[in-house]
Amino acid sequence: MADVKKIATREGYGNALVACGAKYPNLVVLDADLAGATKTGVFQKAYPDRHIDCGIAECNMTGIAAGLATCGKIPFISSFAMFVSERNFEQIRNSIGYPHLNVKIGASHAGITVGEDGATHQCNEDVALMRTIPGMTVIVPADEVEARAAVEAAIDHDGPVYLRFGRAAVPVINDNPDYRFEIGKGIVLKEGKDVTIAASGICVAEALEAAKKLKADGVDAEVINIHTIKPLDEELIVASAKKTGRVVTVEEHSVIGGLGSAVCDVLCAKNPAPVCKIGIDDTFGESGPAAELVVKYGLDGEGIYQKTKEFLA
Amino acid sequence: MTNLELQKIANEVRKGIMRGVHSAKAGHPGGSLSAADLFTYLYFEEMNIDPENPEKEDRDRFVLSKGHTAPGLYSALAHRGYFPVEELLTLRHVGSRLQGHPCMKETPGVDMSTGSLGQGVSAAVGMALAAKMDGKEYRTYTLLGDGEIQEGQVWEAAMFAGARKLDNLVVIVDNNGLQIDGKIEDVCSPYPIDKKFEAFNFRAINIDAHNFDEIRAAMKEARETKGQPTVIIMKSTKGKGVSFMENNAGWHGKAPNDEEFAIAMADLEKIDEELKKAGV
Repeated sequence: MADVKKIATREGYGNALVACGAKYPNLVVLDADLAGATKTGVFQKAYPDRHIDCGIAECNMTGIAAGLATCGKIPFISSFAMFVSERNFEQIRNSIGYPHLNVKIGASHAGITVGEDGATHQCNEDVALMRTIPGMTVIVPADEVEARAAVEAAIDHDGPVYLRFGRAAVPVINDNPDYRFEIGKGIVLKEGKDVTIAASGICVAEALEAAKKLKADGVDAEVINIHTIKPLDEELIVASAKKTGRVVTVEEHSVIGGLGSAVCDVLCAKNPAPVCKIGIDDTFGESGPAAELVVKYGLDGEGIYQKTKEFLA
Repeated sequence: MTNLELQKIANEVRKGIMRGVHSAKAGHPGGSLSAADLFTYLYFEEMNIDPENPEKEDRDRFVLSKGHTAPGLYSALAHRGYFPVEELLTLRHVGSRLQGHPCMKETPGVDMSTGSLGQGVSAAVGMALAAKMDGKEYRTYTLLGDGEIQEGQVWEAAMFAGARKLDNLVVIVDNNGLQIDGKIEDVCSPYPIDKKFEAFNFRAINIDAHNFDEIRAAMKEARETKGQPTVIIMKSTKGKGVSFMENNAGWHGKAPNDEEFAIAMADLEKIDEELKKAGV
């Protein structure tokens, strides 16, 4: 995919905030000393009066955002996923989720593609945690285009939204005039009849690669981009599973509690079907270049292809 | 309002606390009673609020960071006219608007949902920050327990408020000296509380929690303080007003039975009689 344009989803986050700044005067952005890395630095530059650096204190940042939201602001709190979903989980649950305040959580550097920083910074559990909070919307954009669209949709949505972005540059797959983003609506990227591959985040592009390899073997895979993990597009997943009979889920997240679990929940209740969950297998990550880790943990096109083949065998 | 009038209302607030907690057969009377005078002063004298319009945009805000003392807040709100006083008897009952800990979605006049210690103060800081960003005049008050300030988040919030010079923020610490496991200095001493806040760029004022002259003077000083937030550390008596609850950690989170309730109400009626003799 050397000829494909690659941009990190966190770039889309920062760019969208700047783009929305003028339209939404109540939009404010809070950081915890990582404005450069989360890409909110561009908003800080454009709107210095509406950017609040809280210092390295994520729990307090979460509460400040809650207070700002009660006064009519639309706050985005921003940091690495590890520190803005897990360290402050209870603050999100009690100070934002319970009162259903209009706070958006912009979590960058999610998953193993943080790379060299290693396991302490590789957040593979955030989607599972966020899904459990009543009223929380959880979005994992697949590329920079979708990241921008998701940020604007989150601003328009009244209530808490968790947005998950990555550090590493990933292929831009949604750069086409027909692309439409709607919270809770999955996108069929390739129709197929033999197996459904439901993917989220940076695994969507890899799932498309896997589908190409499967096609060469005569397997016609349907590839769905599930950018919204909650509320899940149950209708689309059930319809696809009915058609193909088997479902593979792919996510840069623990296989416990994320997209795979959400898909299993709906299929168990509405259309039982065999599911193969591809993700991080109940283990911590490790240091290394992102691209190498993606291969080691089987989240690249080849890895998805191999596991899908085994699953279908 | 005169001190005697405030004392009279505070005594009614205390009766409301006892009725609510007794009806709920659960709840936190000790810290509600210790802060009853403060609740009364805030809602009847200090804050710019309108019970007819609880979400008035330019109102002063109050965040009960020590959310477990909701019975005290609810009683003050009810007596101020946010909802009927009789509703206090629904405290902690299924379907009630009066949840065990404050819920802004349920109860008129509650500005922030709280209950998990250390979190409310951050929300109050956010409200004070919003006023500054928008050039608004409203002020934000938040009440913390002295045990609560063992939570690290309190000091994250204090550092931010001090650094940002939020002089529209008043943090009040209810220093009743007791937490669930015993005396605060035995569990994990937060003393000296004033020096700690001063180190975070706060104006610190020490007062007697049950003296309206001192509460009034401290609030005035807070309003006149520019360029830094204020902390009011009020030395209080846990269980104030109810003989057997005073200075007894055992009444932190326990409801009186029928017999104990009768004694408590008799104690408060006695205070009423004394106030009557004094002219209110």
